[in-house]
Amino acid sequence: MSRFAAVCTALLLAPLAARAEVALSGFLQQNTAFNAVAANPDGRHSKWLEERAQLKLDATGGAWRLLAKGDLALDHLGRQDQSELREGYVDYTAGNWDMRVGRQVITWGLGDLVFVNDVFPKDYEALFAGRPLEYLKRGVDAVKLGAYPEFANFELVLAPGFRESRIPNANRFHLYDPMPAVANRETIMPGEGDVGLRIYRDVAGYDAALYLYRGFQRTPSMRPDNMTAPTKISTFYPQLSLYGASVSGRAGEGVLSLEAAYYDSRQDRSGNDFAVPNSQTRLLAGYQIQPVEDLSLGFQYYAEAMHDYGAYRAALPAGFPVEKRRSHTVTARLTQFFLHQTLRLSVYASYNASNGDDFVNPELRYSFTDRVWGAVGANFFGGKSWGQFGQLSRDDNIYLQVRYQF
Amino acid sequence: MKTKFQRRLMREARYAVTKRWWIWLIAGLLPLQAFALTGEEVMKKSQAAFLYPGKDFKARVVMKLINKDGQERVRELTMLRKNAGEPGGDQRYFMYFFQPADVKDMSFMIYKYPAKDDDRWIFIPAINMVKRIAAQDRRSSFVGSDFTYEDVSGRDLEDDNHAFEREEKIGSRDCYLVKSTPKGTDADFGYKLTWVDKANFLPLKEEQYDKRGARYKLFTADEVADIQGVPTVVKRSMKNLQSGHRTEVAYLKTGYNLGIEDSLFSERFLRQPPRKWVD
Repeated sequence: MSRFAAVCTALLLAPLAARAEVALSGFLQQNTAFNAVAANPDGRHSKWLEERAQLKLDATGGAWRLLAKGDLALDHLGRQDQSELREGYVDYTAGNWDMRVGRQVITWGLGDLVFVNDVFPKDYEALFAGRPLEYLKRGVDAVKLGAYPEFANFELVLAPGFRESRIPNANRFHLYDPMPAVANRETIMPGEGDVGLRIYRDVAGYDAALYLYRGFQRTPSMRPDNMTAPTKISTFYPQLSLYGASVSGRAGEGVLSLEAAYYDSRQDRSGNDFAVPNSQTRLLAGYQIQPVEDLSLGFQYYAEAMHDYGAYRAALPAGFPVEKRRSHTVTARLTQFFLHQTLRLSVYASYNASNGDDFVNPELRYSFTDRVWGAVGANFFGGKSWGQFGQLSRDDNIYLQVRYQF
Repeated sequence: MKTKFQRRLMREARYAVTKRWWIWLIAGLLPLQAFALTGEEVMKKSQAAFLYPGKDFKARVVMKLINKDGQERVRELTMLRKNAGEPGGDQRYFMYFFQPADVKDMSFMIYKYPAKDDDRWIFIPAINMVKRIAAQDRRSSFVGSDFTYEDVSGRDLEDDNHAFEREEKIGSRDCYLVKSTPKGTDADFGYKLTWVDKANFLPLKEEQYDKRGARYKLFTADEVADIQGVPTVVKRSMKNLQSGHRTEVAYLKTGYNLGIEDSLFSERFLRQPPRKWVD
């Protein structure tokens, strides 16, 4: 019966397949990140140690396109089943609208490793463990509808299920835990999906966009069952709505990017619940220039402001770290190419002036041939023991990436 | 017996003939001046013939970057160009990369304006992000090749003084030789010499000299083909004479006036380049 179905399916798909252009590509990769300061909490000496293969199928026929990108990885640090569908979607393109259905990576906003309007899931573990840049983003299972009438462009994203950002694993990274003694932990995933809308167009030579999102925080919050004698900690994803805007365009010799967003923490609008993030305003200003050939410099200023700071302070239990009302971060990136752009030096540095958090990521990448490239880099973290980067100060690592592409 | 009136007519006629004689003399001398093009005019016609033919243009571009030891790297892309108006005016460029593997699916868009810096956008497939990028340095290498952005999409004629030097043959082709010297000090070259084909105004050879006067870059049009009636440089190369590195470029699948829509040059298609244009 199943053979009959397969034959029928093949016969039905044959005309489409005959007309489709099919391309297969992929890569083999080795990726290692050695600890530079201390062993992992689980005692291992590497943050990452794996061989990975990716296969990508890209088929186009008329207005249709199918893309599937799957990974198979062999992890040497105790993780099982590292197969993953990175992306898998079908596109339909019409005159002034289109549709993408399936697992897809979506990136909004203008920031360089700073996210104001990019509400889609990320993989922070990949970023901190020296994996290639494409692993920074996780796909979402969604329907994306694009409409392109004359006056503006619209991108509507409907995800029936929620997908969270991946935070570093506690076996590999030294994560701040206010209640380390409580072993009983549970994770509560949102029972529904999320929806986002981006509207964008050119305004007097500038790229302008508006962003609306209704869903959940992608990074989890923690709530103990009892403050004085906790026995169980629940990890959950608080409700969130976002209203944002961005604009970018030429300014002087470079490109200026501005982004702003209001984070409406729907689950705790009064700010009285210490376990749920306060409503926030986030602002980003970025400037990128190319002062000489093959050199690019980027600078960002990023601010977060809490809206109900008084309520937050009043509700915060004793012994918990106190965050400032406003947080100011500056970042800089230098990218320099050498040897006909086959060798690239890039250094990214971020410093939070409010809590002293810092993160530095230098990387040297060389294309040995058109098919083989390798990179060596490092991640250095510093700051207070509970800060986003400060908690990782013992997780400094040096990483290697080698990839053969076919 | 001539009347007073007739005498006056004859006098005027004689005067008119005399006057016309001078006019003819002047007219006889004029063409020498009128048909000799200035350096400026040659370069303007050359720009129109080399970078602006057709309403739009498409080519599959294969670039070979070859170092002095003969090692090759290949950059392959589809380039689409659309003119906004007359030669010398605004243009839009769309590029989609096939090779090398680590930039496959990357796309790149330029809005080029003659008198100000370009607007440039890049689509980075790894994180599915469209980014506007700074582009004040048009003398930067294009994808690591020996060609600069200006070599690919043109340099503003107003940036240089163009002086007609002499006529000279390149192979069997009669050429105008024009010397172009940057007006400002920001250019990375001291001057350049361009040999422009008298018949079709394509640049057949260009020598760039550095600021000390040493020859350092050599452009040659290696093959000119007739594409839909338009003489087109389908093979070209640029050699860095000081480093020995060179770049050879072949234009395949070329076409003019294909009806490329304005809407192609947008974020939408930067993210999802339509197959019909990027094959």
